[in-house]
Amino acid sequence: MSTFSPGWTMAIEWMIIGITLILFAAISVIILVYVERKVAAFFQLRIGPNRVGPYGIFQTVADFIKLLMKEHITSKKADKFLFNLAPFIIVTAAFLGIGAIPFALGLHVFDINIGVFYLTAVSSVGVLGILLGGWAGNNKYSLIGALRSGAQIVSYELSITLSILTIVVLVGSLQLSEIIASQETGWWIIRGHLPAWIAFVIFLIAGTAETNRGPFDLAEAESELTAGFHTEYSGIKFAMFFLAEYLSLFIIASVGATVFLGGWLPFHIGTWAAFNNIMDYIPSIIWFFGKVAGLIGIIMWFKWTFPRLRIDQLLVLEWKYLLPINLVNLLLVSFIALMGWYF
Amino acid sequence: MNAIVKYFSGIAHGLKTLATGMKITGYYFSHARKEIITQQYPENRDELQMFDRFRGIVEMPHDENNEHACTGCQACEVACPNGSIEILWERIVNPETGKKKKTIDKHVYHFSMCTLCNLCIIACPTDAIKMGQNFEYSVFDRKQLTYVLNKPGSKVRDDVED
Repeated sequence: MSTFSPGWTMAIEWMIIGITLILFAAISVIILVYVERKVAAFFQLRIGPNRVGPYGIFQTVADFIKLLMKEHITSKKADKFLFNLAPFIIVTAAFLGIGAIPFALGLHVFDINIGVFYLTAVSSVGVLGILLGGWAGNNKYSLIGALRSGAQIVSYELSITLSILTIVVLVGSLQLSEIIASQETGWWIIRGHLPAWIAFVIFLIAGTAETNRGPFDLAEAESELTAGFHTEYSGIKFAMFFLAEYLSLFIIASVGATVFLGGWLPFHIGTWAAFNNIMDYIPSIIWFFGKVAGLIGIIMWFKWTFPRLRIDQLLVLEWKYLLPINLVNLLLVSFIALMGWYF
Repeated sequence: MNAIVKYFSGIAHGLKTLATGMKITGYYFSHARKEIITQQYPENRDELQMFDRFRGIVEMPHDENNEHACTGCQACEVACPNGSIEILWERIVNPETGKKKKTIDKHVYHFSMCTLCNLCIIACPTDAIKMGQNFEYSVFDRKQLTYVLNKPGSKVRDDVED
């Protein structure tokens, strides 16, 4: 018993990490759903949940307990295997993404040298779950929602990747830890001048579309398609789609915070030693989650302000505006990086 | 050249309008504590104020001498499209002058038939009845929905003319 074999040690270590991530994901989703409902209420001058617990903080806990206890319904003509597989695919994709995010100094599950590439690749696996769920349910609403989502993700995946590439050009590395290390002297959004700002705005728009949130929630489109691709799901399977949606929101915000806002690095102003020292005292995990919370707040602001786009407007926005601007922006930033004009 | 100008001005216009929208919702969000319009109904029952033009159940205001302004002219009864007002009246002889005067005995109001249309209030020549502010109407028996608007022992105010 005194020594585990290296294989077992590895296995136990990965298990602990996995359980930690699952717990973290579940808790953060419960918090995010509560925050979303409260924020939505404030944007619409309502009060929001306020009956279960003080300020309604146990509302989402109660909701999740209700969801877990509901009946699993699979319709008769559904493709049973794919129908039950789809929620797992979408949740797995979200979990794969969360593993690669640097939460704080040293709190990083796996730091591969193609971190950015990995994240963008993994986040597009989620659409497979949406497509399968929409197809297998044998429901026309689901199918329309799923196909809309397919068109949407294929389009916006380009924008999100190109806007991250803008910063990757400046860093010269795809590794997330190196992207953070390169921002030691200043966040890219400050150092990268106008191109970084354009890339940041495009990232926010495309990220909102990537997570299927309003104003880009065509896949769900409550007023047209009841619930879009997850119309046929009930109980815990629906909860898994819900979980994945909020996890991907968290992942998008984390990627944005890491790439544009310096990840867990504190905010420094040039040579103000005293100010910088005070900022250093705030733990890195608070910096990270503060930035993520800010970005999530902006994305929620979008959702509760703008009306939903039509499918043709969605594609026009991507192919006629975001993509050409992004390509020109990438060219511009390459030139800046070549001449060393960023500071 | 014209198309290029149109393209970029379109982007600028789009961003501007989006920013306008976000400014409005951002104002709501930052002032949410003060401007929330949702009422916490059962809790604020004591201080809840209905708005001025709210049309609640019809009531007849009485002054401190238990006097009202209803002369029993039955204009409200005629005006009511549903027949929910029924006035029981009699002629009472004034002992001083010896003149007969029409006086209401009971102003019966069947709330179960009332649509709160306001026509009786418009018809009333002496403003004896008005739309009340109460909105809690539930009762356990429909007999309880028949109200008598004038209080027992009340009489018409002296300065009110037919």
